[in-house]
Amino acid sequence: MSLTNQTIERIGRECYGRLLSILAARSNDLAAAEDALSEAFAEALNRWPEAGIPDNPEAWLLTTARRKRLDGFRRSIIQQGAIEHIGHAIAGEESRRISSQREMDSDSMIEIQDERLKLMFVCAHPAIEETVRTPLMLQTLLGLDAARIASSMLVAPSTMGQRLSRAKRKIRDAKIPFQIPNKEDLDTRLASVLEAIYAAYGLGWDDPSCTSDDTTSLTSEAIWLARTTIDLLPNHPETLGLLSLMLFCDARASARRDDFDRYIPFDEQSLDKWDVRKIEEAEALLRQASKMGEVGPFQLEAAIQSAHTYRRLTGHNNWNEILHLYEGLLRYCQTFGALIGHALALAETDGPQAALSQLDCLDHERVKSHLPYWAARAELLSRAGRLAEAIEAFSRAIGLASDPAVRSFLQERSKQSIA
Amino acid sequence: MKFAIMVYETAEDFSNRSDAAAQGEYWAAYSAYSKALKEAGVAAGGTALLPPDTATSLRSPAGKRHIQDGPFIEAKEQLGGMFLIDVPDLDIALQWAAKCPSAATGGVEVRPVLEMG
Repeated sequence: MSLTNQTIERIGRECYGRLLSILAARSNDLAAAEDALSEAFAEALNRWPEAGIPDNPEAWLLTTARRKRLDGFRRSIIQQGAIEHIGHAIAGEESRRISSQREMDSDSMIEIQDERLKLMFVCAHPAIEETVRTPLMLQTLLGLDAARIASSMLVAPSTMGQRLSRAKRKIRDAKIPFQIPNKEDLDTRLASVLEAIYAAYGLGWDDPSCTSDDTTSLTSEAIWLARTTIDLLPNHPETLGLLSLMLFCDARASARRDDFDRYIPFDEQSLDKWDVRKIEEAEALLRQASKMGEVGPFQLEAAIQSAHTYRRLTGHNNWNEILHLYEGLLRYCQTFGALIGHALALAETDGPQAALSQLDCLDHERVKSHLPYWAARAELLSRAGRLAEAIEAFSRAIGLASDPAVRSFLQERSKQSIA
Repeated sequence: MKFAIMVYETAEDFSNRSDAAAQGEYWAAYSAYSKALKEAGVAAGGTALLPPDTATSLRSPAGKRHIQDGPFIEAKEQLGGMFLIDVPDLDIALQWAAKCPSAATGGVEVRPVLEMG
């Protein structure tokens, strides 16, 4: 790839969401804005290698995309046989930016506003189906294509494309507003933005090929989205909590595998593979959030990670504290992850039987295909000396693993439990 | 809705089936997977196949019969068997396909089953 193409790609990654949110904010038409923006990028790839990169490439792209969209608008009107409307269109606001070279030269004067936060609230709007919020964010804010998102979410690419198109039509037709929610709604609406970002992190985390150094992995993208949210909307403790949580996880992402690509559980990870800088930043964010005096689930999850990290770094037994944090978390959300984490902490304070009784209370129908449940149950049964049941539970977990390293790890653990 | 999860395996996968060091893990993984499908209530049949070197292919274009040893197409991955599952939609079928052991080594193809009226 030539130097210019690399630069264009880098610029694209940096400003895609910013440009798209400006282009779509007025018209509510994300699909049209995406088309215009991709045409603008195509033109940049065409022209910049020869003409050189403009002083303010972002403004150049915005101007070009607006012109492209106006062209598209004109075309569609002509197609409808209503040529007389062109005058109105040109007289409209968009026409300020028609393509004359003179105006292109003054691009560097344009001040680009950051509308991305509004776009985030649109993507995570309650009127948008929950499962499509994360993909919509990944596509509109980061420019990821549908096929890439589909692979991460284990969905057929054509299905993902249809879902994204349907969501964009809904945004356009239902006029979902590009605006920051008012004060009463802000907290709940922000919570769905944060959940969508965390879901993106989870997808990246589950992907065996993901490493924390890869800037295009979904984990890195999610961290970047959280940083952007904090920049645009500071002073929200849960946003800080979310970033802190993701950084704690990310700090040990590469410690999850050894040099032979074998899976290494948390308690056996080698500490020199942990990224101390990320841990320090995560701790600082958590402290900053806790000073704001408003606890929430992401802060509690980050605090649990912090406590586990501290336990590994110092060898100090703090399971009581961890158990306490899980109890707090369960008051906000009874997710399987939280319930299983709670049971595992209980095993450390009260023994495996107590933990198993907790797991027995979970809805059997809902956990029957849940890998972490069977893996936790197998470990607890093995510790309680109920070996036949442990082997059975290990086998259930093995059958549900999609990561081959995890599958081998569970097979190994199953063998060890008999030995 | 029924889907076939077609298990495509590499030569190494096929040899793991009988390799003393590897076969324990190989068969344990497939039996666990098959059991997971049953326990989830989605299993709807299927079968495993012997390795491709046991295959015999036959064609008779214009009545001229031609029989050859081995599968039709020489490819890196060969069909090793299939699981039939009954699930509400393709999304769930793909989630199950991802757990199939060959997904990590060879590949998995998911196709809807043609229901004969």
